[in-house]
Amino acid sequence: MNQSSVLNAAAGKRGWGSLLGWALTLGVLSWAWQGAEMQPALLVANADNMAALAGDFFPLEFGSLGHYIDQMLVTIQIAIWGTLLAVLVAIPASLLSSENLTPWWVHHPVRRLMDACRAINELVFAMLFVVAVGLGPFAGTLALFIHTTGVLAKLFSEAVEASEAGPMEGIRVTGAGRIEEIVFGLIPQVLPLWISVSLYRFESNIRSATVLGMVGGGGIGVALWETMRGFQYGETATIMLVIIVAVTLLDMASQQVRKRFI
Amino acid sequence: MSIPSIIVERLSKTFGRSPVLRDIGFEIHAGEMVALIGPSGSGKSTLLRHLVGLTRADRHGGRVRLQGREVQAAGRLVSARRHERCRVGYIFQQFNLVGRLSVLTNVLVGRLGRMPRGRALLARFTEAERAMARRALARVGLAQLADQRANTLSGGQMQRVAIARVLMQDAEIILADEPIASLDPRSAQEVMQILQRIHEEDGRTVVITLHQVDVARRFCKRAIALKDGRLYFDGPIGGLTDARLTALYDNAGLDELKPRSPATDLAAPVGALG
Repeated sequence: MNQSSVLNAAAGKRGWGSLLGWALTLGVLSWAWQGAEMQPALLVANADNMAALAGDFFPLEFGSLGHYIDQMLVTIQIAIWGTLLAVLVAIPASLLSSENLTPWWVHHPVRRLMDACRAINELVFAMLFVVAVGLGPFAGTLALFIHTTGVLAKLFSEAVEASEAGPMEGIRVTGAGRIEEIVFGLIPQVLPLWISVSLYRFESNIRSATVLGMVGGGGIGVALWETMRGFQYGETATIMLVIIVAVTLLDMASQQVRKRFI
Repeated sequence: MSIPSIIVERLSKTFGRSPVLRDIGFEIHAGEMVALIGPSGSGKSTLLRHLVGLTRADRHGGRVRLQGREVQAAGRLVSARRHERCRVGYIFQQFNLVGRLSVLTNVLVGRLGRMPRGRALLARFTEAERAMARRALARVGLAQLADQRANTLSGGQMQRVAIARVLMQDAEIILADEPIASLDPRSAQEVMQILQRIHEEDGRTVVITLHQVDVARRFCKRAIALKDGRLYFDGPIGGLTDARLTALYDNAGLDELKPRSPATDLAAPVGALG
């Protein structure tokens, strides 16, 4: 076999490989298209309905604005405590689920537990907690807390596993204990990332908290759900405006805080 | 003389299938300054890590005693109280400071093993401890950098902070693993002189792994040489004749074999390392 035919053979192999890749990608996409019942034509066919609905949103009704702002504040309060509790539990949980700190019989079970917390959506947890502690913001706070713990524990432990071993060894050989080793050798390395990730989760928890009320978890979701069910779309639009303004302001504030730590 | 500071008996270590240390044994007495030399891959760093329990020997791999206390035996670490482990200081080639903490905190950390647990965890250092840390920094010539973050320092400065941390431990034994291999010639010279001064003024036992024989000759009276994980030489450094050195570095990197005159300074070998 001369050199060019070797090259051709190689190119042919790559050709088949990439063709297979494309076919597979297209296959998955069309499979998902059917499953999701994608019918873009409907958007055109039902354009009138949508225009009518959009029209119902105007004019905005500002009569209950004060109430909506109060409810938005409750929503933020839910997010604050939901996130804070999650951070507090995620710190030990993430250390226990890091390969470089614990033996497998510790980090595997802890990881699976955190997977479970993460796999179930906040709304589902909210419905469960409504049964346990009754309707209201506390149920929503607990729901956010459990789900966010699962998310943060994973992200925190990824930072721990990416940290350098050297500084920890440096602390260990001074005679310090295992916990001092973590406090002085590890935490300073991962803290900036932990803060950044926690703030990001706080932002997204505010967004999640706005719908917790729909299942009885308190906050502005309650009003959102009631006005939509009552076809009071002018009120709904006002609520959405309040949410948009609040989320934007808090995102901006949290970005400012994050910049300080990185 | 009382019991030796360091006793290593029949130490063996295998990584996977390749033996790294084979049946190593020696004793080092209090107040000695010993060079541990050998070509790259001869096992000298691994040996040093065994002395503080950073690495465990094979299951039937012998044992290590420091100051009469068992560190490890038959592949198991023997647990010790914090203040006992504190009596051995360790210096790394890569310094292993905590970059985001201040220089002073990096030195204070050397005291954690001797502090009450609660105070240690909360980093509540006393005025006396801070003053001691500043004195340690002054001894390595870095008093003015105490409040900087450690990651703003040069390599030579970081290594001196690491030495200050060992001073803070008040360690009777100082183990240094290639302390100058990552440094420029001048910093390397400074670091070696500081270690020598601590050895002489405080009477500390010092063991340094080095791959530059001329540095070892200049600073240490005794040498222990490893070749392929075996003890190749142990005795007064004068006994390491050129013929023996040639055999020691046989088949090793040629840069470590360059002929050298007694006047050779640190520049050549350290520079050659890049």
